[in-house]
Formats: sequence, structure tokens, C-alpha cells
Amino acid sequence: MASPSASAHIAQESDPIIAPGHSLGSVTEKISSVVLTKEFRPGWLAGFALCAGLVMVLAISIGWLLIRGVGIWGVNIPVGWGFAIINFVWWIGIGHAGTLISAILLLLNQEWRTSINRFAEAMTIFAVMCAGMFPLLHVGRPWFAYWMLPHPNTYALWQQFRSPLQWDVFAVSTYATVSMLFWYVGLIPDLATLRDRAKNVFAKYIFAFLSLGWRGSSRHWFRYETAYLLLAGLSTPLVVSVHTVVSFDFAVGIIPGWHATIFPPYFVAGAIYSGFAMVLTLAIPIRKFFKMEDLITSRHLDNMAKVMLATGLIVGYGYFMEAFMAWYSGNDYERYLLFKNRMQGPYSPFYWALIFCNVIAIQALWSKKVRRSPVALFILSIIVNIGMWLERFVIVVTSLHADFLPSSWGMYYPTIWDVALYLGTIGFFLMMMFLFVRFVPMISIFEVRMLLEQKKEKEAAS
Amino acid sequence: MTNTEIKSLFGIMAEFKDAASLAEATKRAYAMGYRQMDAYTPYPVEDVIHALGLRRNEIPFIVFLGGCLGAIVGFSMCYYFQVIDYPLVAGGKPLNSWPMYIPITFELTVLFAALSAVFGMLALNGFPSPYHPVFNCPHFERASQDRFFLCIEATDPLFDLEKTKQFLLSLKPVEVCEVAR
Repeated sequence: MASPSASAHIAQESDPIIAPGHSLGSVTEKISSVVLTKEFRPGWLAGFALCAGLVMVLAISIGWLLIRGVGIWGVNIPVGWGFAIINFVWWIGIGHAGTLISAILLLLNQEWRTSINRFAEAMTIFAVMCAGMFPLLHVGRPWFAYWMLPHPNTYALWQQFRSPLQWDVFAVSTYATVSMLFWYVGLIPDLATLRDRAKNVFAKYIFAFLSLGWRGSSRHWFRYETAYLLLAGLSTPLVVSVHTVVSFDFAVGIIPGWHATIFPPYFVAGAIYSGFAMVLTLAIPIRKFFKMEDLITSRHLDNMAKVMLATGLIVGYGYFMEAFMAWYSGNDYERYLLFKNRMQGPYSPFYWALIFCNVIAIQALWSKKVRRSPVALFILSIIVNIGMWLERFVIVVTSLHADFLPSSWGMYYPTIWDVALYLGTIGFFLMMMFLFVRFVPMISIFEVRMLLEQKKEKEAAS
Repeated sequence: MTNTEIKSLFGIMAEFKDAASLAEATKRAYAMGYRQMDAYTPYPVEDVIHALGLRRNEIPFIVFLGGCLGAIVGFSMCYYFQVIDYPLVAGGKPLNSWPMYIPITFELTVLFAALSAVFGMLALNGFPSPYHPVFNCPHFERASQDRFFLCIEATDPLFDLEKTKQFLLSLKPVEVCEVAR
């Protein structure tokens, strides 16, 4: 009979990060062949067409918005921040998982991140693009959006640098820039691989151009690795700061339900939570469709589900502390908002739905069976995405629609254009993902090679 | 061998099957006294980097400078706009309400540091480089896939076409090729 340690070793081996039997050549072949083919699969084309259709909806709703102004939306006094801010926070939160996977897990030496970091980073960039659209459109006259950036002007005016909204401009634009740099730097060696493998002359030229002439020199790798590690180190506090600043947009205001010190950590945890949900939503169909199960294994799903559960519990703690502090503060407005309005008021179904999605449903993740089942995880990830959207809806709308003066209370109802714009950004996001998985190596090839080699060394040592 | 032949030669390249034999070969070449050489690998191989005698690089210092510059730009921008050029009291706070300037200072620190990491790395590596002689070697396209290469360059003082070639052949490579410029 095998000793306990030996059986544990076998269990570890049956649960690998990369399925056995792969070599440097075979992983290169497997990942790059998705890009280097002339074929467009019918499933890809159908999905792409559907998303492109939603992008048309986006174009129409932006066009009509520019013609008629923000009056076509449901926002008005007292609820001046409607779908635009809800969706902005939702999208930017989704982006955070990509940075977490690529930067924080790299620093923590979590080697399982390797096969999911590339598309998680792509997801970050596309999510930030979607997020950025909302404040730009919400300003009403987007062609004056550059007024948010400091520039010399004939009015001799400057922005108000004490305002969290101004901090947001810097935080989000820095985040978008650094995410793109990080992604591109990670891509350079893989683009060189594609250049060297491409048969099509046109493709070869494009990849040669984009890979900047990368030749895998050890002197280059040496600087490259230092720069990559430093970028990871810089992205880590950056990602925390971005959602902290987003939460300041609320917490610095004196509106009941917003003015709470729990907001920054609770927002950051919520961002990572929703981001991991979105990574799962994307990874599960992608690995199935492109047959990447031997690189994105059930171990990856399991680990992501664990992160989702942990951050979900932090979010649940946030909800509890919000309620506790509202009660403990003894402030009438806070107490009214939390217990009378949010929990029992006109929007209470949304509140209880969010509690169901973000606190109750995810308890299923304690079970290993659920964490290993792609179908169950996919459904749960959708529930979490919905739950996190509801959370932002509840925070924005319930606090604004009934504040200090009952005479100024009102209700908020989104219009068809609010919904169309939101669906349009989902279409845009998915369309970009479709383009990404087809034209860019969706898994970091050189990092998988490194992982393979480390595995070989470990085996040789044991 | 004539002078023009040497001038038209970039170096001699040996091809290896795995990282371990490349690391071993690089160590031996370094011990022989060769310095003008480089290894080409499909992923960063630490042993090879060490064997080439690379210990420290300039990137951390550049990033530090970039970060410092970002911090100075960020804070002085806020200070100049809010205290000197357009003093506007908001919420009864002092003009130089410095804690409110920290978020932007922080963001610009990260932005400048990240930009200097990326562009510093690309510039020191000489990118973009549209042409490089090593690509003249047959099979070199496998350096980005599954093969490992060591190139001793003609500029090395110890370089001698025959001797260097013999030395590389003694390392049991898959193949040795002369790299035209």
C-alpha cells in the first residue's frame, strides 16, 4: 500500500497545471496554430456577428445621445448618477482581475496564473475601454472631454485637484496606459514566435513589425525580466489605488450610504470578485471551444473559484459592516437609508437579489465538486456578474433617490437608451474578445515554455 | 583568411537542443575568455544569463528616476495650479491642502515609472531593430520556439574563425553555422 505522502504526490500529479505529454514545440504549435490559420470557424463567425450587431446598437445609442443630449437617459434630479456611473464602476471593477492575475499572482509566484494571464489582461483592457465610454458620454458634450485634463486655456482656469472626480481622470487613464504597456510587453516574445512561424507573407510582416525585431537574446531577456517584474510591482498598488479612488467618488460625498470608511477596501474586494467572475465566464467557453483544457485545467478553475469565494466573503463582510455602522452611528439618515429604504423601500427587491447573488449563491463554492464543474461555475459566475451590477445599482440609486429632504425625493427609471448603451458595451467587449482570441496568442507561449521547463527540472530532481 | 571575410562575418553560432547544454556551453565559452557573445533562447534561462556574466542591469535605476520625476511633476502640478496660478478656496480648506494632492501624485509616479520601465528596456535593448545578422543563420527561427543558440561574435578579441569553430564543435552542438553580417 502506498504511503500517505506518496498518494498525495500522485494526487498532485493527476491535477497538473499543464496536462502531461507537452514539449516546447507542442505548446508553441498548439497556441500559435489558433492564430496562424486561414480558417474562420463557423462558431467564431456567428458569435462575432452577434457581438458586432450589438456594437451597432452601441453606435446608434451613442449617435442619438450626441444628437439629443443626456435627456434621453433616465437621469434627472434627484438621481443625477444613473446607469452611466453604475456601468462605469461595474466595468472598471471587472478589469481589476486581469491586473491581479498578471501582476499580484506573478509577484506571489503563483505559477498557475501563466495560462490565464494573457486573456485576463486583454479582458482588463477591453473592460477599461467600456468603462471609459460612460463618463465621457455622461459629460454631455464628449468633444469637450479634454477639459478634464489640465491644459493651458484662454479662460485661465485649472481643474479642481481636490476633487475625487479629478483624481479619477488620472487614476483611470494611468490604469489604462499601464495595463496596455504590460500587455504589450508580455506579447513581444510571442509575436516574435508568430513572426517565425507565419507562412503568409503579409502576416509575417505584421508580426515582424509588432515584435520590434525580438530575437530572444539573453542580454535582452535579462532586462526584459527586470522590467516585467517592476511593471508587476507597479501595477499592484496601482490596481488597488484605482478602485480606491473610484470609491472616493462616493465616500467623500456626505450622502447617506456613501459616506463610509469601509468603501475603499470593500470596493477593491468587490472589483476583484467581479473580475474573477468575468474571467471564469470567458475562460470556460474559450477552453472548451479551442480545446485548451490541457492548458487551462480544472485546477485553474478551482483556484479562480477559491479567489472568488474569498473576495466574495470580504464583500459580504462589507455589506454587513455597512448595515452595522448605519445602526451603530445612531444617525437617523443612515439608519433610515439602510433599514427602511434599501431593505424595505421601492428598490428593496434589487437589494435582496444582490444579497442572494453575492452572499448566498457563492456559498456553493465551498464544495470542491462545484469548483471543479465548468457548468456550475459558469452559471455561478454569471450570477456574480449580475450581483455586482445590482450592488452598484443599489449604492447609486437608493442613496440618491431619497436623501435628507422628503420633499425632494423621487424615483429613477432607466430608459430604453440606458439599456441599449449598456448592452452595446457588452457587445463591444465581447467583440473585442472574439478578435483577441483569433488574432493574438491567447495564452502566453513563452511563459508556458518556462513552466514546462521548471516542471521537467522538478521531475529530474525528484 | 582575408580581412574582408572577417569583416563580412558577424560571428559563429552553435545550435543546442536544450537549455542545460546551452548553459554548459556558455559557461565553457566564458571560461575560455570569450566575452563578445550572446545566447538566444525561446524563454529566459537564468543559468545562461548568469553564465554570460550578467549580474545587474540599469532598469531598476531608470525606473526609480522615472518614479521620482513623476512624483515631482504630479505634486508640483497640483501645487502650482491650486496655490499659485488659480487659488480657489474649496470647502474652507487651506490652499495647499496637500493630502488631497497625493492621489494624483501617486498616479503620476506609477505612470512615469511604468513608462520608463518599458521604454528604458526597449531603448537599451536597441528596439525596434528591423535587421539583425543572427537571422541569417538557418534554423534561427527556432530560437523563438524550441531551440537554443550561442553566438560568439567576430568582434571578440579572441575570435579566430578556425579555432572558435573548433571550440564550438567540441561542445557537441546540433549544428554550427557562420553568421553573415
